Amino acid sequence: MADYLMETKDLGISFGGLKAVQALNLSIKKNQLYGLVGPNGAGKTTVFNMLTGVYKPTFGNFYLDGENLTGKNQETINRKGIARTFQNIRLFNNMTVIRNVMVGLSSRPEYKCSILTSVLRLPHHFRIEREMREKAKELLRIFDLEDDRNNLSCNLPYGKQRKLEIARAMATNPKLLLLDEPAAGMNPNETTELMNTIRLIRDKFDMTILLIEHDMKFVSGLCDELTVLNFGTVLAQGETRQVLNDPNVIKAYIGE
Amino acid sequence: MVINNQRSRLSRIKWNHFANYIVIALSTTLFSILSFSGNLKISTIYLLEKISISILLALSLSLVVGFLGELSLGHAGFMCVGAYLGGKTAALLEPILGNGILTFIIAIAVGGAVAAVCGFVIGLPALRLKGDYLAIVTLAFGEIVKSIFQNTSADTFGGALGLKTPRYNREYLFIYAFIIVIVALAVIQNLMRSKHGRAITAIRDNEIAACATGINVTKYKLIVFLVSSLFAGIAGVLYSYSNFQVQSAKFGYNYSIEILVMVVLGGMGNINGSIIAATLITFLNLKLATVLTGDLAVLQNLLYSLLLILIVIYNNAPALSRVRGKYNLKSLIAKVKKPKVDPAIQNDDKAYWANIPTKIEMDEIISVDATPQDPYKADPPKKEK
Repeated sequence: MADYLMETKDLGISFGGLKAVQALNLSIKKNQLYGLVGPNGAGKTTVFNMLTGVYKPTFGNFYLDGENLTGKNQETINRKGIARTFQNIRLFNNMTVIRNVMVGLSSRPEYKCSILTSVLRLPHHFRIEREMREKAKELLRIFDLEDDRNNLSCNLPYGKQRKLEIARAMATNPKLLLLDEPAAGMNPNETTELMNTIRLIRDKFDMTILLIEHDMKFVSGLCDELTVLNFGTVLAQGETRQVLNDPNVIKAYIGE
Repeated sequence: MVINNQRSRLSRIKWNHFANYIVIALSTTLFSILSFSGNLKISTIYLLEKISISILLALSLSLVVGFLGELSLGHAGFMCVGAYLGGKTAALLEPILGNGILTFIIAIAVGGAVAAVCGFVIGLPALRLKGDYLAIVTLAFGEIVKSIFQNTSADTFGGALGLKTPRYNREYLFIYAFIIVIVALAVIQNLMRSKHGRAITAIRDNEIAACATGINVTKYKLIVFLVSSLFAGIAGVLYSYSNFQVQSAKFGYNYSIEILVMVVLGGMGNINGSIIAATLITFLNLKLATVLTGDLAVLQNLLYSLLLILIVIYNNAPALSRVRGKYNLKSLIAKVKKPKVDPAIQNDDKAYWANIPTKIEMDEIISVDATPQDPYKADPPKKEK
């Protein structure tokens, strides 16, 4: 168990009679780029929602670093070290870019500052604010967003919004980063740039990343291992090249 | 070096963050000087008290509506709780402690605390309800509170006749009220300009993302409701002191809407806007009530609503955007104080593209009739208008 950062054991969920995901066993090593692919409606985002606590799994458990996080609420899971992005971008639109990242930073224990301290404007408050600002700038520099930091996040171009969402997730200091279709709606240039960014995150922060993606070039260029879902069940699992050549997988995607 | 350092620290203070405190403090000082020298009419003092109460209510409601993004239609209910409990406390304490500042402070504390507890209780369903549904719950709360106090017996809370509360010296009450306004302003402004405020606005902007970013949504929602109802309760106590009689019929649905109007007119999430709107609306209301008497009293509500409609149209109609751009506070301020542009200070970061001459203009600047015109040179492209 210690070898794997993230493990799910027979994870499953049913909505009434519909078994959306069944018997999912994922084992993700530290510093790995893991892909979760499958046709539309296969249950990929449902898996993400279970891992982040939006849904409570009906069956099975999942572990982060050996700690069982099944059934915990979203906020706790985030603090334990799972951060995510969304399929349709969910930024804090009426806030500037840097503030978006600072919201992500605010749940970290090192930036703890009670409400009373803030209201009374004690020196601790100013120190924390300054530190958060510096840290946020640092993060934005990595994602090449530093020059946009005072723009409203809704005014950013699409590719940058994606990046900002990843930056905000990274700000919570996760151990595992879940990316839900990061390349959706991007042009080829942006996709290549995003691939570089994701690799950079992995190397720079020593991050483990689980991502959902439809763009096969993206997946094959990036992921070390894959799990293919179809109708909530695992179709294939293993090394990327092996999985993509699996006749079952090809059948599920493009038919006989 | 030390002086330089100090100056930089002084210049680092964002003075516009304190502008609202300064304006309120200065006008309070002005009015209190006038009041002590006996130049203030009782009606003006009454108006000032009403304005301070309205500002307090608008500030506290803007926390819920403007910053948390939840619609609350029961704000007068919290005020009602504060008014009755605070008023009763003052009435009970008056024979023991006298009608002094001590009684006043205790009444404020009791009224505020009980209202805050109510706010906490209302905040609990707020975690599960959204939008219109929460609005209905708060609306119901306001009505329930109103009718509870209406049906109490005459010797507890006065029932339908209302509760008699002690009078307070008019000369001082509005000063205390404005001190409380400044405290409330400081609390709300400091809260919103901190990491907690960012978390609250994050919840407003996108609750799902806020949850996934590790923000404790439950905690923040409860805190917002608590702080908001605390100040509403305090406003209620001030009301009981200002009116020396509390009648629950006053705190109906209409009053809640009136507070909401102040917040909406001031601009959602705009603290200074809420203060200005609260002042104007209260002033307008009272003036209309005093000017239009007799047969014309019918026009009171009509004129008030008409003005509201006009203000909303002026603020939001797309067709009027040009007019708005020309006549607004910002451009007025910009006209009054000229921007100081020192090219020596202006560093690259602040360099503005519009200030840099284009190539063509540059050529014109350099070629001050010394260089002969090149006949073969292509015509400069026409400038777009």
